[in-house]
Amino acid sequence: MIRKLFSPFARLFDLHARTHYRAERHSMALTLGIIAAAGVGGFVEIAPLFTIDDTVEAAPDMRLYTPLEQAGRDIYIREGCYACHSQMIRTLQDEVDRYGPYSLAVESQYDHPMLWGSKRTGPDLARVGEKFSDEWQVQHLVDPRAVVPESVMPQYAFLLDTPLDTASLPDRLAALRTVGVPYTDEQIANAAKDASGQARPDTEAADRVSERFGEDTNIRHFDGRRDRVTEMDALVAYLQILGGLTDLPAQSQPPRGE
Amino acid sequence: MISTFTSGERQGALIIAGAVMLFGLIMAVAGHADPMGVHGWIVLLFGGATAYAVLRAVYDPAPQEDRALSYYDDPTKVGLVISLFWAVVAMGMGVWVAAQLAWPDLRFDAAWSSFGRIRPVHTSGVIFGFGGNALIATSYHVMQRTSRARLAGQISPWFVLLGFNLFCLLAATGYLMGVTQSKEYAEPEWYADILLVIVWVVYFILYIRTLARRNEPHIYVANWYYLAFILVVAILHIVNNLAVPASLTGAKSYSAFAGVQDAMTQWWYGHNAVAFFLTAGFLGMLYYFLPKRAERPIYSYRLSILSFWGIVFFYIWAGSHHLHYTALPQWVQTLGMTFSVMLLVPSWASAGNALMTLNGAWHKVRDDATLRFMMVAAVFYGLSTFEGSFMAVRAVNSLSHYTDWTVGHVHAGAMGWVALITFGSIYAVVPLLWKRATMYSWKLVEWHFWLALAGTVVYVFAMWNSGITQGLMWRTYTESGTLAYSFTDTLVAMHPYYVARAFGGALFLAGAILAAFNVYMTIRRAPAKQPERDYPTSSEATEPAVPVAE
Repeated sequence: MIRKLFSPFARLFDLHARTHYRAERHSMALTLGIIAAAGVGGFVEIAPLFTIDDTVEAAPDMRLYTPLEQAGRDIYIREGCYACHSQMIRTLQDEVDRYGPYSLAVESQYDHPMLWGSKRTGPDLARVGEKFSDEWQVQHLVDPRAVVPESVMPQYAFLLDTPLDTASLPDRLAALRTVGVPYTDEQIANAAKDASGQARPDTEAADRVSERFGEDTNIRHFDGRRDRVTEMDALVAYLQILGGLTDLPAQSQPPRGE
Repeated sequence: MISTFTSGERQGALIIAGAVMLFGLIMAVAGHADPMGVHGWIVLLFGGATAYAVLRAVYDPAPQEDRALSYYDDPTKVGLVISLFWAVVAMGMGVWVAAQLAWPDLRFDAAWSSFGRIRPVHTSGVIFGFGGNALIATSYHVMQRTSRARLAGQISPWFVLLGFNLFCLLAATGYLMGVTQSKEYAEPEWYADILLVIVWVVYFILYIRTLARRNEPHIYVANWYYLAFILVVAILHIVNNLAVPASLTGAKSYSAFAGVQDAMTQWWYGHNAVAFFLTAGFLGMLYYFLPKRAERPIYSYRLSILSFWGIVFFYIWAGSHHLHYTALPQWVQTLGMTFSVMLLVPSWASAGNALMTLNGAWHKVRDDATLRFMMVAAVFYGLSTFEGSFMAVRAVNSLSHYTDWTVGHVHAGAMGWVALITFGSIYAVVPLLWKRATMYSWKLVEWHFWLALAGTVVYVFAMWNSGITQGLMWRTYTESGTLAYSFTDTLVAMHPYYVARAFGGALFLAGAILAAFNVYMTIRRAPAKQPERDYPTSSEATEPAVPVAE
């Protein structure tokens, strides 16, 4: 009975083995076979993500990173923060209760590359923006264990003494525009001035930043230092905007119990 | 080594080394205000060292004997030694990063020594430095023996090996300077990526040309796996690393993809780096060295066909299980989960095929630690592929994802499977390559085996415990409906496991150091012995018209 049930498969299997026995004498048959077999899955899973429109939600209020925030993002990547902090709140109740509304695809629409992360040695940061004061963030980065005694995070005190390299920012924004972030010519040309302007409130340059990037832009002495713009300014500016690029998640996900 | 080159080949090698030096100089000048400039100097020195090695022997007499009568083992030997060097460095880094999580002050306050910068030195060092060099070296060995033909080229094997190591060097030094794309296991920046593409194309051509010389009508199964490793890694590497540099005088680049598409591309790459780098290549090793050492033929030819094509086809789909419950569309998540579960069939077919091959040779497994390395590797391969399929199930993943369970799973694979099969293969091949009777000390091999096994078990159990504990604590609610534990509460609960993990890693590192010492002493001290019939021969056996019945 079982033998009978399996006999068609046995024949198929036999045919497969005989065919393979012939094919494996040709290195190019193997090469093409491998490329074909390995090509299917990636194509089917990745290509539609670019063509199906509702993969990424529409968020009309979605804003761009300012040059200072983008510089902070680059520092976040340079220091490998993504190795321990995710930026992706999953659609699970405990995550929503702990971190806030679950993340939407549109929130990382302009993130080249995305920083969703794969491990939470520290907490998720997708909505950490404005949850803590600038002073707290600076102090925590300078000496994490002074603020959270149990923390195992490395200290980043050197950021406070490293002046921010703003000269390369126009090139960086231009490269981002090439890959699809809609920066204007004006935003790119003034990227260096805008980066320092955002960390120097009450200056002429600061006013230009809010003209170019919107009235809601955070313009503060992020690191508390008035004498110069440091890498700490950039990193804190970036952390403070996380989760604040669009209001869509809060609007589309009303708080529990309402 | 250069003495086997003809004078034309010596000139060719010098020209290539000179071109590398020129590129290094251009990078050093153009990127002088950027970490790229430092990389330029590294490239320049690397090219210079190569040129020096060639120049020292450039007027030596040309080779007299017919090279086609012997196998070309010099690149294999150097590759294995470099692989062991990377093993010690990268596993040492691993113990250090593990210790930093238990005692954060071990970071010593330098910018380059933070967890975020040295963790990729550990991961890339193990995967590419240790694993990659072992794969390149053993692939040279295996393709020559199974084809009974000499490598097709005198310079290109060196170009692949040294070019790949230049890539590894740029990667590791780059991370310390903060040069990274942040894409896990694909961190190196654009110029290093371009270098790897060039190296990989030469590798593929070398492989295909050597196969074309074979004195054996059939291509042995180990070579299918090496071929899949070379081909698919090339595809993955090129697509995932598409990026636009901010400027040609700096290291920084921006990925061509963003957000959800980038996440899918990254984990399509990330999971298949596991599949085609850490699985396919090492299965090639397993399919050659295990039957060879056990002196038993592979249990089932048909099972190896089934598992090979199953792995090549199914694995590619599985990447999206890294993105369960995220903003990735549900249909892609479901596809990833489904294929991950189906993947268990070809994976266990491979593991079963390897273990069944040992039937009739179990007394050798008991007596011979080298064969035992390979046997335990096959067992860990079976265990970690089962665990992988299990963790890819959405409900399980909701608990395991973002926790140390994933880290434990990866290390069950990397230590238990990848490293053990590599060490087993190294112990099997080193005496043959250096024409020695045995390894310098079988007792050290035995010590290494038990240290490695103990280290793996301690590590994996610690991470299972910490991962499941943390996952459960995150989702525990009090009776009034609020979360029971803050994030720092879970961190405090992790501490004992992090200490245990560092200890397990240290055991494993100690084993790797013993291996490096043992191989060094084998090369220097072990009694010589000429291997039998280890040279290319033409086929004498008449081959059956159909596969042998099982």
